Amino acid sequence: MLQFPLWKRLVIWGLVLVGLVLALPNLFYGRVEQANDARAEIVQMGATPERTAAAGGWPEWMPSGLVNLGLDLRGGAHLLAEVQVDQVYAQRIDGMWPEVRDTLRDARDTVGTIRRLDDGGAVLEVRISRPEGLPEALELVRGLAQPVASLTGGGTSDLEVTGDTAVIRVQLSEAERAATDSRTLQQTVEIVRRRVDEVGTREPTIQRQGDDRVLIQVPGIGSAAELKALIGTTAQLTFNPVVNRTDDANTNAGVGNVVYPSIDQSGTNYVLERSPVVSGEDLVDAQPSFDQNGAPAVSFRFNPSGARRFGDYTLENIGSPFAIVLDEEVISAPVIQSHIPGGSGIITGNFTVEEATELAVLLRAGALPAELTFLEERTIGPELGQDSIDAGRIACLVAFVLVMAMIWASYGLFGLFANIALIINVGLIFGLLSLIGATLTLPGIAGIVLTIGMAVDANVLVFERIREEAKTAKGPSRAIQLGYERALSAIVDANITTFIIATILFTLGSGPVRGFAVTLGIGIITSVFTAIFVTRAIVVAWFDRRRPKTLEV
Amino acid sequence: MRLKLVPENTDWDFFKYARATFGASCVAIVLSLVAWLALGLNFGIDFQGGTTIRTQAEETVVVSEYRDALGGLDLGDVVISEVFDPTFGPDENVAMVRIAAQDGAEAVTPETIERVQAALQDVAPTLEFTSVESVGPKVSGELIQAAFLAVAASLAAILFYIWLRFEWQFSVGAVAALFHDVVLTIGIFSILQIQFDLATIAAILTIIGYSINDTVVIFDRLRENLIKYKSRDLRDVMNLSVNETLSRTVMTSGTTLVALIALLVLGGDVIRGFVFAIAWGVIVGTYSSVFVAKNIVLFLGVKRDWSKPDKTEGNQFAQMD
Repeated sequence: MLQFPLWKRLVIWGLVLVGLVLALPNLFYGRVEQANDARAEIVQMGATPERTAAAGGWPEWMPSGLVNLGLDLRGGAHLLAEVQVDQVYAQRIDGMWPEVRDTLRDARDTVGTIRRLDDGGAVLEVRISRPEGLPEALELVRGLAQPVASLTGGGTSDLEVTGDTAVIRVQLSEAERAATDSRTLQQTVEIVRRRVDEVGTREPTIQRQGDDRVLIQVPGIGSAAELKALIGTTAQLTFNPVVNRTDDANTNAGVGNVVYPSIDQSGTNYVLERSPVVSGEDLVDAQPSFDQNGAPAVSFRFNPSGARRFGDYTLENIGSPFAIVLDEEVISAPVIQSHIPGGSGIITGNFTVEEATELAVLLRAGALPAELTFLEERTIGPELGQDSIDAGRIACLVAFVLVMAMIWASYGLFGLFANIALIINVGLIFGLLSLIGATLTLPGIAGIVLTIGMAVDANVLVFERIREEAKTAKGPSRAIQLGYERALSAIVDANITTFIIATILFTLGSGPVRGFAVTLGIGIITSVFTAIFVTRAIVVAWFDRRRPKTLEV
Repeated sequence: MRLKLVPENTDWDFFKYARATFGASCVAIVLSLVAWLALGLNFGIDFQGGTTIRTQAEETVVVSEYRDALGGLDLGDVVISEVFDPTFGPDENVAMVRIAAQDGAEAVTPETIERVQAALQDVAPTLEFTSVESVGPKVSGELIQAAFLAVAASLAAILFYIWLRFEWQFSVGAVAALFHDVVLTIGIFSILQIQFDLATIAAILTIIGYSINDTVVIFDRLRENLIKYKSRDLRDVMNLSVNETLSRTVMTSGTTLVALIALLVLGGDVIRGFVFAIAWGVIVGTYSSVFVAKNIVLFLGVKRDWSKPDKTEGNQFAQMD
């Protein structure tokens, strides 16, 4: 009477088999990890005998997905950085000044003379000497605005231009600020990723979080400070017009200008125009090279728009000095000898070969668009991680054995069936975790232990129900059938509520809470599956073979 | 011989001492709230901001020496505690140093950490820093908010789900039981001054999940029995339902507790607080599903007039009115 068509049984055991095979690599963690790394290196850097040997350590046809170990288990550094998105607004607005100046200068007859009032903030203020020309000035400046380049901000302009008697204020519009934030974040994530990849650690996590944050987790790195040094270097390269050269660092630069020290000649400072002609964002390539005297230098190439601006500027300013500025320090200020039309050039300074190489790397990786402030940093030493894994492993094994002993003692043969299902359950959890590449954290291990405890629940519900039904029902097969049927609603309700919590934890939580939610959620799915289908398939198979007259649960 | 945690066919009256148990629960809730208000919670850096440094040395830890070493650094509130764990070897002398968030610092100050590390290494040359964690005050405030939001959202979702699947009285009873568990957990953390951090929130949410699991199973049986015994007294049907599911309740709580105790003893000190919270919650949660949730449903009364009982017993949507 217990109908269980063959195809259903095949599907159930097929799923179990797939899950267990997916979980298998985790039993040979070190070997599989080495093989995976070696394969990745072969693709990237070509084969060497050692790499081929390491890659051969795990057969290619086997699944090789592993459960990622979280930082608390493996050791590494975790950083939560806030991107100072406001800086980008200021840069953008600052960059508008030459354009605004030129536009208004062309209309000098109506607006009179123009003067910049602010000093590089997120609002550009320009005073015109003829207040009656304000409407026209506003219109001219508004003409410089462009539509916002984003899906949500479509149809709006990127600038907000307001006027007050004789002062024009230009700032980014709300929509443009949102679009800029999004771009800034994207760029930051990309640049951080490139910098972390340069050191070649395994599987870093670099994620955008919220509106202005980036989460960076790098396993295997010694400390958060080291990681910060790696990604925190701004490498903001700009080419600015030189106004003056002075020995006094505190000299008054004037509105729209800045004073930056020279990197190699101490005591020398340059007064520069704040708005750069070209910035590092326009760079497409940078390579270490040598100048005509054989000294180490860095050669670079601009993208077309950068090349055009660079070309125009060099054409108009032959004979004037031009500063190459890296992170608010002047690397060199060569005098423009001739028009440089091709958009490529060379940075010379008193570099060593190493410095030139390093600079080229920094430039190539690109500048962070804005500064990062670190809100959270965590370093977990590798030994602590190993200790935690060892402790967790022993605890899990002991917990497992105790629970199984209890079930076996309580339900006898049916308990053994449940225990087989329990082992399969843990296997499936690891299989699924490997499949989705989830990260296992310390609370995650606790989550698995909890699932071990709770996976038992579904089976207990069924067995208790079978016991009850056996007292009243007509025969063993009917009792088993009713037991499964009637326990179902309790199992489903109980697990759905827990699953709701796992979902909420995953959505609202971060870090350890999330890791816990993942194992809990997956554990619920697998334990319902094993309790409803796997134990049932075992029980039915046993029943078909033995046909017992009475039931002992 | 089978292991039987609960005798077969029990017929205990769980409402006999309803006043006592319910009163005890109320007292426990009040005590927890008072402790929470009076003693406060020992917030970890997740919620308070600041830095914790875990140190490990071959020399034994002398807390006073550590404190002296840090005394001159003007760090504000510094808490140093030695960590004991049965799994540690003789050369594993572990301490936790907790430094409050520095005044006026929006973000983490790496210089402070470096100074602390240098000062401590003067005292114990073999000192290693097995973990260093800093949370800026800005994030910690948000973490508290997110944590409370998570707990509230879970309670709301459960309230809604139970109301859909059962009736509103059940949903009130279940959520009251959960509230009981959450408050008692916060209470014990406050009384014992165990560190309360993000992992504790995860634990509280797990407790909610576990306790609701337990409650729902009993409710499910109750619903089934209410259909079966239409004219029996609500109180009797409730007692019957609890008795029928008692063996399961004890078995499941038992296995879960066994697993948790193994983790508590052998899992290492890093997750001890977390596991303790869950273990406590399992005990409290089991108690509350048997003694709190039902009492409230009984008190509110359930509409017994099932005008059209569904044939797929126990698996239907309750009538909603």
